[in-house]
Amino acid sequence: MERAAKPKHVRLSTNPVRDDLEKLSIGDIVYLDGNIYTGREGVYARAIEQGVPLPLDLPAQSAANFHCSPAASVEADGSFNMGAVTATASFRFSKWIGDWLRISGAKLIIGKGGMTSHDYQEHFVPNGAIYLTTVGYGTGALLGRGIKSVKGIYWREELGLAQAMWLIEAENMGPFIVESDLQGNSLFERENKRISANLAKVYEGTKPAVLRRFGETDDRSDELIG
Amino acid sequence: MIALKTIESTANVLMEKAAIEIPQDYLDGLKHTASVEDGDLSSFVLQAMLENYEAAKEDRRAMCGDTGCPRWYVKMGNEARIEGGPVALEAALRRATAHSTHAIPLRPNRVHPLWRTDHDNNVGIGAPEIEYGFEPDGDWIDLITVHKGGLFGTDYRMLFPSDGIQGIKRFFLDSLVAFGKRGLACQPAIIGIGLGGSKDACMVLGKRAACLRTVGSRNSDPRIAALEAEFKDLGNSIGMGAMGFVGKSMVVDCNIEVGYCHTGGMQMSVHAFCLSSRRAVARIHGDGRVEYRTDPDWFTAYQRRETVEWNEPQSQSMSA
Repeated sequence: MERAAKPKHVRLSTNPVRDDLEKLSIGDIVYLDGNIYTGREGVYARAIEQGVPLPLDLPAQSAANFHCSPAASVEADGSFNMGAVTATASFRFSKWIGDWLRISGAKLIIGKGGMTSHDYQEHFVPNGAIYLTTVGYGTGALLGRGIKSVKGIYWREELGLAQAMWLIEAENMGPFIVESDLQGNSLFERENKRISANLAKVYEGTKPAVLRRFGETDDRSDELIG
Repeated sequence: MIALKTIESTANVLMEKAAIEIPQDYLDGLKHTASVEDGDLSSFVLQAMLENYEAAKEDRRAMCGDTGCPRWYVKMGNEARIEGGPVALEAALRRATAHSTHAIPLRPNRVHPLWRTDHDNNVGIGAPEIEYGFEPDGDWIDLITVHKGGLFGTDYRMLFPSDGIQGIKRFFLDSLVAFGKRGLACQPAIIGIGLGGSKDACMVLGKRAACLRTVGSRNSDPRIAALEAEFKDLGNSIGMGAMGFVGKSMVVDCNIEVGYCHTGGMQMSVHAFCLSSRRAVARIHGDGRVEYRTDPDWFTAYQRRETVEWNEPQSQSMSA
């Protein structure tokens, strides 16, 4: 079967300049070089709601925030064993993302599933940030190979291994896909629109359930997130 | 008598196999899916996944960073005897879960639902789940571990006889479309459907249909088997592929399991066992031999029996 042209592949620094980001289009494939830190609801609540000063110098040390809990353990001698890394779904962090982009100076948010184009317009565009989605979402072993070293773990006691901030050094780590660009366009929303056009045909011959549910929609161009 | 140390060492091996080695039936199914996918982004994703399984095996690292919630299914032949009894068995499985979480390593996913306490070992209240089944003959036990991930891709609905097959189809499509967008279900997946039972039994049936049957297996009821094939094709006709990109790879296979339900109802559950369909199985015989495999072979004729007394089917007693 004939395949469409392969997507464009790009190497990108985790402290990118605006010019680097302007060259990216949604759907491009990205591999990262530089420091990346993990941060999710535990970190956001502690930094934003409780106002605890950040344990890292951001964005100097890294402008790339990974929505991730690694499959990792800390050995008795304090060394780290990090196997696979995969992102967690980002839409749940919408309420913190604006404040986080402001205090962290992050330019790359890496996660699973993206956020809404409303979030991109409201928070990402003014801060010059884009969203990269992991692939699959199970390419944990490939991403694990891109980790050159684990530089440290912060707030481990306060947040536990899964929610702590891990600082990792990436080398040619990927693949990731550009989900939002500097204009705030969303790849997922573009794909959803294309798919929605076919749905009426797929649903032909079915009928709504006899027992309805509160809050139910029959508009299948809707999304569960946002 | 099956020695406890054999159970624990086998359980440790199973934890590692499940986390690292994609089962061959799922891999074959995904390769077929990739061979017919023509969406450019969806194709790219499937190729990356196929490379990822190789990387996991080569490096002996977990295939996915979200290593799921390890759980155990234990099936026992009627003549099996375990050193220390069922309490010792459960302790051995909890020890293996905690040990392997650190050793592989797995992500310590399990936390208290309210206080978010994390023991960093995937063990806690009700974790790992341990479920049981029995078979009429044999002095063996089957240990099955499933590391199912995902917070999305599962749903339940009370349907009624008047909803009919049309209503079942609609809820099937609703579940796939809703959780398929942005790839929240981590598709292409093994879709398990539970029909009937009660609300809890229906969820259990659907989950077991997704996790304890292999790609390519079919229900022993030919009419249900035909529905499985039809639903697989229906799911792949949505126009959606991996990560919710335009494509046609939603369903690697569809497995349906049923249970008798209240005369007025027709409960339905839908479960998606994701791109990391992690399961590993071992049979420990009474003489201490251990055989590893990836097919749980859970849904035997005995598990699906309909009658009061168990009468071994003719074909089985011939081969036994």
